[in-house]
Amino acid sequence: MKYAYFLGCITPNRYPGIEASTRKVFDAFGIECVEVPGASCCPAPGVFGSFDLKTWLAIGGRNIAIAEEQNCDIMLTCNGCYGTLQEANHLLQENPHLVEMINEILAEEGHQYKGEIQVKHCVEILHNEVGLDTIKEHITKPLDGIKVAVHYGCHFLKPSEVRGQGSSERPRMVDELVNVTGAESVDYKDKIVCCGAGGGVRTRELEKSLLFTLDKVNNANAVGADCLLDICAFCHLQMDVGQTELTGKFGKELDNIPVLFYTQLLGLAMGFTPDELGINMHQIPMSDKILKI
Amino acid sequence: MEFVDEIIETGGPILGSEHMETLRVCMQCGKCTGGCPSGRLTAIRTRKMILSALLNMRDEVLSSDELWLCTTCYTCYERCPRNVKVTDITRTIRNIAGREGYLAKSHRMAASYVIKTGHGVPINDAVKESRKKLGLSEIPPTTHAYKDALKGIQTLAKKTKFDELIDFDWETMNLKE
Repeated sequence: MKYAYFLGCITPNRYPGIEASTRKVFDAFGIECVEVPGASCCPAPGVFGSFDLKTWLAIGGRNIAIAEEQNCDIMLTCNGCYGTLQEANHLLQENPHLVEMINEILAEEGHQYKGEIQVKHCVEILHNEVGLDTIKEHITKPLDGIKVAVHYGCHFLKPSEVRGQGSSERPRMVDELVNVTGAESVDYKDKIVCCGAGGGVRTRELEKSLLFTLDKVNNANAVGADCLLDICAFCHLQMDVGQTELTGKFGKELDNIPVLFYTQLLGLAMGFTPDELGINMHQIPMSDKILKI
Repeated sequence: MEFVDEIIETGGPILGSEHMETLRVCMQCGKCTGGCPSGRLTAIRTRKMILSALLNMRDEVLSSDELWLCTTCYTCYERCPRNVKVTDITRTIRNIAGREGYLAKSHRMAASYVIKTGHGVPINDAVKESRKKLGLSEIPPTTHAYKDALKGIQTLAKKTKFDELIDFDWETMNLKE
């Protein structure tokens, strides 16, 4: 199995631990990750889609076209990137006039969108292609006793008619991926509610966007979760950096809760060290309970 | 042109006319506002915004700060009993607001980073160090590492007139003003 790893912005430029842990875990399952040379910002669906849909589609189409040149499907680690590239691919595959429009724009750089590949989220590949049974065979340090508050984020699931990941109200995929590590995915209030970062709200209205995050943190703490777990680099930033902004810049009181990306949690259960997975590079320190796994 | 028609004609070429036409069938039940995570915490009222659009209150809708409080979580889109594509209508209204000069400086700034570096969130020295420690390439294999690819993004931004939309100055490689 081979995938073109589309990095986006926040994964490589803010949370390289997400990139390192994903590469390590995929390598352990024998999945090759090739580069998407010269890829750019996806660009973010709620932000650039809100500025100019044509530019958004053209840059998205360009990124897909470069991946097509590597002859394999796209894998990615951010719901924003997934939202844009999966939706752009869907729109382009359904509408020949859009392909014509963006290929005219891409011609100067020598790229051409063909519509021959799929865009997949890393957890989708782990769940549907590697499979829970194979993952279980690779668990050397089961995460017994760790309670995990799963945060799906919005653009992995919605709009469900385009994403095709099943129920957007009661998803199961990531909970199953957590439980197979030996950890326990716990229910908490407003589990499927947004982190607050998307749609340009974090950029334009930081304090308001962090109100979502404050609720997330309090709701996860209320059920005794040991960590928040995400599958999106942007949610990850909002929930990790956001806690320090809430207590620092905005003087809110909260109990810090560590934030992990799924492949970091899985990496721990597969025997990688916290340093190899970049877990100690987060703003909110890991608890001893997690570090002693 | 009526504002409703303008919204449908603006979003139609990219998102599909049928998709955008759903705006007309809103029955004002309020399920969008009821489920809106932002509406719990901020002043955004999705039902009211759709009503204002249907009543052709163009200036009020385009100039409102509330328009920019949607996180594009798609909860309204998923739950709408009439299948109104609310989030995509919101994105389209924002496209029109942008053309009318209502893009916030912070948003234009984020957009300018993409023209300057290819990334909305560019790398910094601390992260370069972290990448090395993790055994990753110091510079990721993106527009950061490929100068020709960055030129490709800049050409693209000129072609779609994205540079003009955000008032980008090619002399200073920054926002105008």
